[in-house]
Amino acid sequence: MSRLRCTVSKKFLLRGSQVIGEAAVRAGCRFYAGYPITPQNELTEYMADAMNAFDNRTFVQAESEIAAINMVIGASMAGARAMTSSSSPGISLKQEGISFLASQELPAVIINTMRGGPGMGNIAPSQGDYYQATRGGGHGDYRTIVLAPASGQELADLTRTAFDYADTYRSPVLILGDGMMGQMMEPVTFPDPIRLEDLPQKSYILDGAKNRPSRAIFSLLLDPSIEEERNWKLGRKYEIIKREIPRAESHLTEDANLVIIAYGTAARIAKGAVKRVREMGLKVGLLRPITLWPFPSKMLCEMTRHVRNFLVFEMNTGQMVDDVKLAVEGRAHVQFYGRPGGVISTPDEIAKIINSLYHRQQLEEV
Amino acid sequence: MLKKVFTRPRYLKDRVFHYCPGCGHSIIHRLIAEVLEELEIGDRTICVPPAGCAVLAYDYIDVDMGESPHGRGTALATGIKRVLPDRIVFSYQGDGDIAAIGTAETIHAANRGENISVIFVNNGCYGMTGGQMAPTTLPGQNSTTTPGGRDVSRDAAPIDLSEMLAIAKGSTYIERTAVNSPKNIRRTKKAITKAFKIQMAEKGFSLIEILSPCPVNWKLSPVEAAKRIEEEITNYFPIKVIKDNIGKIA
Repeated sequence: MSRLRCTVSKKFLLRGSQVIGEAAVRAGCRFYAGYPITPQNELTEYMADAMNAFDNRTFVQAESEIAAINMVIGASMAGARAMTSSSSPGISLKQEGISFLASQELPAVIINTMRGGPGMGNIAPSQGDYYQATRGGGHGDYRTIVLAPASGQELADLTRTAFDYADTYRSPVLILGDGMMGQMMEPVTFPDPIRLEDLPQKSYILDGAKNRPSRAIFSLLLDPSIEEERNWKLGRKYEIIKREIPRAESHLTEDANLVIIAYGTAARIAKGAVKRVREMGLKVGLLRPITLWPFPSKMLCEMTRHVRNFLVFEMNTGQMVDDVKLAVEGRAHVQFYGRPGGVISTPDEIAKIINSLYHRQQLEEV
Repeated sequence: MLKKVFTRPRYLKDRVFHYCPGCGHSIIHRLIAEVLEELEIGDRTICVPPAGCAVLAYDYIDVDMGESPHGRGTALATGIKRVLPDRIVFSYQGDGDIAAIGTAETIHAANRGENISVIFVNNGCYGMTGGQMAPTTLPGQNSTTTPGGRDVSRDAAPIDLSEMLAIAKGSTYIERTAVNSPKNIRRTKKAITKAFKIQMAEKGFSLIEILSPCPVNWKLSPVEAAKRIEEEITNYFPIKVIKDNIGKIA
């Protein structure tokens, strides 16, 4: 796959994990550290091959998930675009480091290829880590930006976006995929590679205090009033992020009586289901959040003007449904359907659920 | 005319140390600052301070500082050094930080032969949290979690981290010193100098373990604490060059 590096953009057929790797290299990722865990090893392997082909980029197979995220902290302090990746249990191990990144306001990109859980779970696609991803995940009062791609092309585009957001907002950015996204092969067009020297200079990095005062990056704030100010500073930044980046795809929602809300792999399945029920004449649409944090609440709230019924479909026992309920503020009915543990629903299964719900809803309205 | 013969090193900030009376950190900070100035590397050095008493090292040592989560100093230093290989990167870690919660990171950084330097301050207890048993607490030594003394059959024996790191193929230079006497302080400064020189010559991983007094948690006076290092601790953790693949370095 290394032959792809820095070639002129055109279509490639790659696995999702490899798409992320190639997109990261093209985004100017200069440091990657990872640890083996299924179902995302193709990404680590891709990075080993791709990064080692450059003189000035680094791949480290770390001794642990914890070491990997801490190496990323160091690389980010030194000014590099840095990334690590893992799957659910490994992401749990990285949470302390992600909390430090948030507090120290350091950019980093973290890929979570979710698998079934809790505990060891399995290696099948799941969406069990929504809460962990969107509520911060580690200790303390913070958030991470969370992007949820649903296609090979979006994996490429959102990986670039993730590095840009990380730098713009000086924040860790999480890409929340799953085993299905990671393994799926789709044709992808990559954005042109960024040359490292073309990346914007950063004013806060640690590169030796030559001809300037020394700097310190730290999160220990013993005085509660200073810690409070750090928290408010982060809070103000999160408000800006909430205004600037919420994103969702709206599919056949204009005339819909019922809108399905799903992200990532679940949204792909839901899209197939919407197609089937549309063929039966049901007015059903799909809203697919692309940013999970910030959640596209405003978009959803506005949709309640003409949609009164929502069905949230997730590959878990119900997590994003909480954000949907918060967003609609009681102005619409919110139902939930989910399959946890790595079970993959079929579009037919979801179509049946939609069908039954749709008609039950009509009965209730009569 | 009076001639100034002793002054604050360039890379030590003009601040009053918060460290307890008789603590070794302030001596070690000063030694590092002197070495940075003498080797003329202070403006291209990045220090990774730990969780522990020295977490506030960025208030004193006047170089770029990147705080590490507890125990992860060598992983952070790895990230910094790999991105900026022409800078001098060192971590400053206590015994709980490096030899308990951060053991894995330390051993693997040494084994990879990362071209970094580690200042390992061994005071035989968790100082900042109030004197609990550290991996380096001596047999029989009282701590808040070994009341009545560390019982080796119950609480395990002290860990010889430096000796373990010497086995690692990637480590270059490992020495144990102390800051309990003028003689040992001079030896410590020499060792720190050598560690930084090895890094400047891109010769790989070095670590200086410094036996350092913690009078408050040892419940001794500063003088007694210095004496304890000489008479008790160095019997268990002898002052010596543990590994040296370099020999003399210019």
